[in-house]
Amino acid sequence: MLTIAGHTFRSRLFLGTGKFSSAEILKQAIEAAGSEMITVALRRVNLDDPADDIMRVLDRTRYVFLPNTSGARDAREAIRLARLARAAGSGDWLKLEVTPDPRTLLPDPVETLKATEELVKEGFKVLPYINADPILALRLQDVGAAAVMPLGAPIGTNRGLLTRFQIEIIIEQARVPVVVDAGLGAPSHAAEAMEIGADAVLVNTAISVAGDPVRMARAFALAVEAGREAFEAGLGASRREAVASSPLTGLDFIQR
Amino acid sequence: MKIICNGQTKETRDGISLHDFIRESGLNPGTVVAECDGVIIRREDYETCQLKENSMVELIRFVGGG
Amino acid sequence: MMFQPPSFSVLQEHLNAPTAADIERVLRSPHLEAADLAALLSPAADAFLSAMARRSAALTSQRFGRVTQLYAPLYLSNLCVNRCSYCGFAADNRISRRVLTIDEAIAEAAILQERGFNHILLVSGEAPKALGVDYLEALALRLRDRFAAISIEVQPLETDEYARLFAAGITGVAIYQETYDRTTYQQVHLAGKKCDFDFRLATPARAAAGGMREVGIGVLLGLADWRAEGLALGLHLAWLRRQFWRTALTVSFPRLRPAAGDFQPLVAVTERDLAHLIFALRIFDPDVGVVLSTREEPRFRDGMIGLGPTRYSAGSCTVPGGYAHPELDGEQFAVGDHRSLQEVCAAIRQKGYDPVRKDWDSGFQMTDGG
Repeated sequence: MLTIAGHTFRSRLFLGTGKFSSAEILKQAIEAAGSEMITVALRRVNLDDPADDIMRVLDRTRYVFLPNTSGARDAREAIRLARLARAAGSGDWLKLEVTPDPRTLLPDPVETLKATEELVKEGFKVLPYINADPILALRLQDVGAAAVMPLGAPIGTNRGLLTRFQIEIIIEQARVPVVVDAGLGAPSHAAEAMEIGADAVLVNTAISVAGDPVRMARAFALAVEAGREAFEAGLGASRREAVASSPLTGLDFIQR
Repeated sequence: MKIICNGQTKETRDGISLHDFIRESGLNPGTVVAECDGVIIRREDYETCQLKENSMVELIRFVGGG
Repeated sequence: MMFQPPSFSVLQEHLNAPTAADIERVLRSPHLEAADLAALLSPAADAFLSAMARRSAALTSQRFGRVTQLYAPLYLSNLCVNRCSYCGFAADNRISRRVLTIDEAIAEAAILQERGFNHILLVSGEAPKALGVDYLEALALRLRDRFAAISIEVQPLETDEYARLFAAGITGVAIYQETYDRTTYQQVHLAGKKCDFDFRLATPARAAAGGMREVGIGVLLGLADWRAEGLALGLHLAWLRRQFWRTALTVSFPRLRPAAGDFQPLVAVTERDLAHLIFALRIFDPDVGVVLSTREEPRFRDGMIGLGPTRYSAGSCTVPGGYAHPELDGEQFAVGDHRSLQEVCAAIRQKGYDPVRKDWDSGFQMTDGG
């Protein structure tokens, strides 16, 4: 089972709650996905149209809420959003996102490291969203991040695991769980991330904008489970060369 | 008196508590976070937090996001 | 959280389970787990030594290039408070004892420098009153401009002491557990501070935490089951990698050599076993440096060039002061390869490898926290 910051999760599929067509579809999608970690965002209330709050739609006792700091452009803004999220009663969990470039929404590594350092001191369980940079992942681990969330491809691109080689290095080196976030456009992408040993994946757009989000949520859940099972079963590597047991060819210098 | 809430000027009664202001705006104080003049107000202090002329209030809440 | 090796009986269960099919699978896997290392060290892997040598050689040249690094040990002192039954320096052995003065040590270093060495390993027995951190610091400050790399193989120190020595120009620490089997450890360490298995076991982590660029761990072969030693060392290595990602790691498998005290090895470890260990550790951790010292004979050392080891000592003398005064006695052990640096370099070149005497310059190093 997956453990992050002392909390155990049965499901390795984290679900983002953006862009669903209705609260009802969202609830059914969460059920179908079996997710226990749900991301949410913080926004100013629109006073002219105070729609229902997402926290009232969802049963807060059943899920861990992972508020993000989306919209933050530097460490200061992210820290402010984090404090607001905690004041709103979401707990200490935080998906730290610092995205100064509105075009690509790629994360700023320098500001992310700064904000993580500060928020860990304030007692947050910080899961930073990062580019798939192995050294950055280790630096974040060193300052106390609870997990790292490298991107498979830029947000919303549905391109899959473009960063596979780098993510493999992160998985090999990191002591904290690795959650692949962003860019996973199809269940096969999620399965691939799990097959190479990711601890979990976070999916949003690919589910919320699917023709049938509830069935797509189920498809991702199956893919994540299949990928994890394959990883634990030990994937056979592609055949490089024949391995034969043989006499000591080339080792005749060994005498004793 | 006038206060500024989420960037909009709002007319409200003198000495209103933050709690009542949120309710009268059609919102549930249990799910909204409030920042008053740059300071986050704890939910248990909503009733005792009195707004003043030109108070800057930010009301924030959770929405769907990834 | 500290590293603790499983008991040898548990390790041996894992070592006896694998079959030939497991070895074939592991030799094709891109990333290895601890269980895969157990397979490579198992008796079932004995039949795959050539295949392991090929894979080990391929990984070594891919990661390190066709080069072999060279270093020389500089013995500072043979004083020792410990009684380790296998060691020539043991306190109860009647050998001539001496501690080099700093000036004598500098003179020895100057000889090594003249002979062409750029990397030296400062070695001593464990006698902190005669040779402590102050001595090492003062010596390092005088040697740092003459050598590209200075490592130490001395008594275990504390983290802040390692940090002090790093600031003085020492970049590497070798500290071998000798055996990962607690029972054997107690049996051969008869007296002295070295009797504390756990303190020694935690030393590589302290050296890494003290900021050392490189930390070397190792096993003295001839004390306990070499397969279980290799597996325990592999687990220690993997643990250190996870905890200290900034630290380069090396491993070494010195085999017991004849020494004062006439200790007989408790178990036999052949050249073939040593090669097996080196190949298995290389395949398990393609990035680890592997040291092969002059304890081994020229034939074996030359044969192993390129197959897994990355660093050779050469022209070694294990007597304090022995470079300037070859007539002195009081050695730690008898070396097996008496060739000079030039002769070893020639052997390396003949194999198509480049002998490298300088891999890093401490002049690049910021020691003021900058």
